Amino acid sequence: MPADPRGVLTGSHFLDGDHAACEGALAAGARFAAGYPITPSTEVVERYASRAPLVGGTFIQLEDELAASIAIQGAAWAGAKAFTVTSGPGFSLMMEHIGLAAMTETPCVFINVQRGGPSTGLPTLPAQADMMQVKWGSHGDYYVIAVCPSSPQECFDLTIKAFNLSEKYRVPVFVMLDEVVGHMTEKVVIPPADQIEVEPRHFTAKKPGEYKPFEADALGIPEMVKAGDGYNIHITGLTHDDRGYPNMSPPMQDKLVKRLRSKIIDNAEKIWMYEEQDIAGAEVVVVCYGITARVAQRAIDMAKEKGVKVGKFRLITAWPFPDKPIRELAARVKAFVVPELNLGQMVQEVERAVAGKAKTVLVPHAGGSVHRPEDILKAIMEVAR
Amino acid sequence: MSDCQLACPANPSEQFLRSERIPHIWCPGCGIGTTVNCFTRALLESKVDRSKLVVVSGIGCTGRVAGYVDLDSFHTTHGRAIPFATGLKMANPKLNVVVYSGDGDLFAIGGNHLIHAARRNVDLKVICVNNMIYAMTGGQTAPTTPDDVTTSTAPFGTYDPAFNLPYLVEAAGACYVARWTTYHVRQLAISMKEMFSKKGFSFIEILSPCPTLYQRRNKMGDGLDAMKFYKDHSKIKHGCPTSEVALSKSGEIVLGKFVDRERPDYQEMMNHHLQEELGSRYVEMKEEALCS
Repeated sequence: MPADPRGVLTGSHFLDGDHAACEGALAAGARFAAGYPITPSTEVVERYASRAPLVGGTFIQLEDELAASIAIQGAAWAGAKAFTVTSGPGFSLMMEHIGLAAMTETPCVFINVQRGGPSTGLPTLPAQADMMQVKWGSHGDYYVIAVCPSSPQECFDLTIKAFNLSEKYRVPVFVMLDEVVGHMTEKVVIPPADQIEVEPRHFTAKKPGEYKPFEADALGIPEMVKAGDGYNIHITGLTHDDRGYPNMSPPMQDKLVKRLRSKIIDNAEKIWMYEEQDIAGAEVVVVCYGITARVAQRAIDMAKEKGVKVGKFRLITAWPFPDKPIRELAARVKAFVVPELNLGQMVQEVERAVAGKAKTVLVPHAGGSVHRPEDILKAIMEVAR
Repeated sequence: MSDCQLACPANPSEQFLRSERIPHIWCPGCGIGTTVNCFTRALLESKVDRSKLVVVSGIGCTGRVAGYVDLDSFHTTHGRAIPFATGLKMANPKLNVVVYSGDGDLFAIGGNHLIHAARRNVDLKVICVNNMIYAMTGGQTAPTTPDDVTTSTAPFGTYDPAFNLPYLVEAAGACYVARWTTYHVRQLAISMKEMFSKKGFSFIEILSPCPTLYQRRNKMGDGLDAMKFYKDHSKIKHGCPTSEVALSKSGEIVLGKFVDRERPDYQEMMNHHLQEELGSRYVEMKEEALCS
């Protein structure tokens, strides 16, 4: 369905990534946000606080990130599209409710503007250090979707996409910015509302008594209702049956947790987004994402000037990880170079996909700035030799 | 249909319960079921629209209440029922949101959320079953456990000072504060009914026995002995200053309605303020903003 025009600021704008992500949320129909201030993400909710009252939305600043990350889930069950925003230390506090959203299949969006860690780390400086935390930080087996914008335009586009995916798969979705993308200002084009595709919430047509909140369709995804519609639903973080009632037996655990996995993994090919550049005939492929993809572009161009056949594989979806296309590439390229603003996170997934069929070289950076293109170039030249 | 159901008229409380989930998990002598019975009586008498009524619980023995009431109900994470309920209420102000949880959930791990929701005066009805112990996990010291009792984590006796819940909640800004015990079922049901007519942050503390993990470990007898204790030691003092209602192991239990005051709730304040500042540009969040 087309976007609600009230939330869409159609036009050509000069925005930073944080503000663009906020506009993406509004365009996607987000009418509830809860947050707690944290650098370098605060601009997202600051903008939302000034925009929401004009478009029929609500913002509440809560007492901490624990509260913010569950208030959005209350709002989601009231029927709102809802999101919260944070960075490293706040993201750590939100882990509890990533698990809750995954277990209760609550559609909601988390925007994480990544900064250097661990702990308080580098409050104002970039990193891509939460890429594994988003997948593994909450306890138990859970499967989520995470996307990585590398420009303010993508902050807008991918935040809309995040809301759409969260509705389609009833799963929390993460927009993983980094401080540079969050604070860089570029042209952002916001199309007319009727050109923005918005995924509606998939409400059931069944009547109370017939509806079960966790009865999955063919894709493994249950239909929704909202509180106050007379369905008397029960939603719990405990292992539960199709009715939502607690059932802590090993067979029920097996059935539920495997379905939570399969609804993402079995649909992964539909979820994956990535950008390939000059892959055909490439000897070396640079796998990159977020701001690092833009720094890597410079290194790639420099390598091409030196005659190296080098391609780019930019992850737009980090989770579920697009392992199949990387595996296919591994059969025909010599090596992969993986620059990351961390000491080696997504490279582990690249190595898993490559499975020894090609060389994989990490170009690590502990965070605080972006890579020097020369460091990525050096790695490309070494593996190309 | 069983013979019993044919012979006996239906219990009027049953319409509010998920009978298919009975038997419940609560121990013999536990008071939580009694509080649920009072809650259903209050629902019957207050005639609230049950389709708009939502119960949100945290984790623990009382946290299981959400699973037994046949209403829209959410069993959330430990201590976080209040912020979940805040999100529900803010996104759809037409919902009547009850938070039903235990003392450890609401006042230890969830204490920060509770005081801030009371400060904001979010329109939530908070029912706190206080059994003075962490019961689900086996009887550890809670922020409500009185001085000089034995718990599984205080094998040589407690020395942590306990919270006085009504005093704390009043200071944080609640509009309505009352305390009863599971012996005072009629007063409790009336108090709950009264709470449904209030707008803003309302709070009822209910003293409830945990024979399995509190009474037994402290040689205080069983559930019936707890009822006798509540009967003998309780004194109803409506309007009593909350600073004077602290509980102890064997002292007087002051009951009654301590606070009943009016102040605008959070959403009223928000709407009023934004209306004044933005005038006709302000678009209040209505049901149209929700997915349909």
